[in-house]
Amino acid sequence: MKKLLVVLLSVLCVLSLAGCSGGGSGDDNTGTGDGGTVVKIGGSGPLTGPAAQYGIAVKTGAEIAVEEINALGGLQFELNILDDEHDGEKAVNCYAQLTDWGMDVSMLCVTTGPSLAVADMYQEDGVFAMTPSGSSPDIIAKGDHIFRMCFADPEQGVAAADYMAEKGLGTKVFIFTKSDDEYSTGVAASFKNEAAAKGLEVVGEYLFTSDNATDFPAAQAQEAGAEIVFLPLYYEDDTKIIKACQDLGYNPVFFGVDGFDGALEQEGVDVAMFEGVYYLTPFAYSAPDEATQSFTAKFNAKLGNNPNQFAADGYDVVYAIYNALTAGGATADMTTEELNAIMMEQFKTLNYSGLTGEGMTWDASGAVVKAPLVFRIESGALVAAD
Amino acid sequence: MKKITEMLKKVFSKKYRQRTVSYLIVVLAYLIIETAIKTGSISNTIKSLLVPTCSYIVAALALNLLIGYLGDLCLGQAGFMAVGAFFGAVASVFFSRFISGDVPVLILAIIVGGIAAGLCGALIGIPVLKLQGDYLAIVTLAFCQIIKTLLLNLYVGIDSKGLHFSFITDNTNMDPDGILVIKGAIGANVTKKLSSFTAGILLILFALFIIHNLINSKHGRAIQACRDNKIAASSVGISVSRYKLLVFVISAVLTGMAGTLYGLGFSSFKASKFDFNLSILILVYVVLGGLGNMTGTIISTTLLLVIPEALRAFNDYRMIIYSIVLIAVMLISNNAMIMYYLKQFKDHLKKMFPKRRTE
Repeated sequence: MKKLLVVLLSVLCVLSLAGCSGGGSGDDNTGTGDGGTVVKIGGSGPLTGPAAQYGIAVKTGAEIAVEEINALGGLQFELNILDDEHDGEKAVNCYAQLTDWGMDVSMLCVTTGPSLAVADMYQEDGVFAMTPSGSSPDIIAKGDHIFRMCFADPEQGVAAADYMAEKGLGTKVFIFTKSDDEYSTGVAASFKNEAAAKGLEVVGEYLFTSDNATDFPAAQAQEAGAEIVFLPLYYEDDTKIIKACQDLGYNPVFFGVDGFDGALEQEGVDVAMFEGVYYLTPFAYSAPDEATQSFTAKFNAKLGNNPNQFAADGYDVVYAIYNALTAGGATADMTTEELNAIMMEQFKTLNYSGLTGEGMTWDASGAVVKAPLVFRIESGALVAAD
Repeated sequence: MKKITEMLKKVFSKKYRQRTVSYLIVVLAYLIIETAIKTGSISNTIKSLLVPTCSYIVAALALNLLIGYLGDLCLGQAGFMAVGAFFGAVASVFFSRFISGDVPVLILAIIVGGIAAGLCGALIGIPVLKLQGDYLAIVTLAFCQIIKTLLLNLYVGIDSKGLHFSFITDNTNMDPDGILVIKGAIGANVTKKLSSFTAGILLILFALFIIHNLINSKHGRAIQACRDNKIAASSVGISVSRYKLLVFVISAVLTGMAGTLYGLGFSSFKASKFDFNLSILILVYVVLGGLGNMTGTIISTTLLLVIPEALRAFNDYRMIIYSIVLIAVMLISNNAMIMYYLKQFKDHLKKMFPKRRTE
């Protein structure tokens, strides 16, 4: 009986393998980037699971950019963002599927861990890649044609400490750090260094992991006499911590980083609690300029909420790639290597103004050069803090 | 000629048939896939799945030894895999400083990963193997959490002076030529991907060899006696705790080796990958394959790893369909009605092709 089941299972197995390879070979079975009439942009991000919001935001932002570019009639793009579930192993599978699909240029991955897992393969195979929001400096260090659109984690820690010291928000700081998240530990580490240099005193740090991110000891921060609570975290945890502090009647200055983006868009959360929170972000949907407003409207039409920084990053990556390709005279029938060479050359001199910054340039390491902006929440809306 | 037929007869005799079939399936799969790679008729998607699949198969085989033959439920497989992966990563970077050539470095790394996981297995096994059933499962689950948390805070660097360790914060203070192999929450960075499909297949064959030879030996019978009736086993002089520890450690060593193979198949991996979910996933492979059934485990692991990738065409509904498939397979393989029809079908086949009895 068991044996028969085994035979049946093996038949199924072979069938599914066949199905898999059949699906993978796709429409034009010519391998990576040979010919074709469109430039294929690949990438992966978490479209399901706890980090899904970031993947979906980047994907939607990039889709808007691709639609706009294709409507211009020049170089035509095709976008394919796969679901990597915020897992390095799945990201490698996604990379393989993308090469089967015939990817020409890549948006790498949305989050840091998966980006690190696949960056080597992009470098080896000579595919140009620019991550919209993978903020660890280790990603671009993996190769000379791995680029980044967002700030690096350490830059954010430094910018936050500088701002606090310059504006005199307080001198005693308490930090909540998620110790199993490289984003959080990276920002916190550079913040502590810069804070010491700027004369801020870190009166305490609470370390937690994703397994115990439920009860936050706000009293610890209060007893330590912290005037500022620094939150190098994503918005779900930020929300819980701010709530825990306010429940105690403790109202310090809350200072978040770009992971705070999205806090105001949560369902069932009273945004009044975020009044007066400072945070770093390169993009605010409420900015009055025309590009931001048009993007916000299109994003709203697609998903029914306001775009965050991740969406803007995704949009900007597609446009930066488009600008570099058109400036380098690229055509859709070029191979991946030729496109990569053009991108490498163009990004040395490219000066791009988009949603997440004016006059962005890139250095040889692949890092973007732009200034972080501090925003403050006033009556439920973002206001540039001065 | 006569000798060969006699050997074939022996190999396919009732006693050895199960083993032979499991080896044959692995070798056959290897030949088919290797030919496909050589002729270029295989997609990158399948290629990227090969090494992880081999690692999961070895880990599932090791767990099946524990559950199927010792009868103890262990939820710490992910922990042993993590130990193997991280120690293997450090060992590979360390040894590649002295040895050129990928194969010897990979073998050494796998041995180091296996020994490290085996030591952990012994360490946890000695105090907890007095527990049984649910209690043991919970303790091993806690062990898995401890390992994950320790690795999340570990920093290991290698420079010309040797290995540097530090904990919670990076105080390794290395020479400029040093490489930080393990970087806390960011995980391990391997300089070179050493794992190959061939290595994976060899490791599966090695695991099968160890498991089959163990369970068909004197010790294997003792182990199964411990599973079936502990009191009866100890009454005939079998040291139950000794055999439990033996199997636990062997299982941990094999899982550690699987972990090394897995880790060295990626250029970067994080400790948070090796969580409770991974342990459960491996348990699912084992349960679906059948307790004590090694061939079934190999097939079920392959199937359950390929399905989520093959379902990418369904986009947003992918994981829902995967879960439904999982439920359906579990229901079908335990449904008496379906089993009855399958048996009838089998009997029908038997009638059509009557076996010649020579024994």
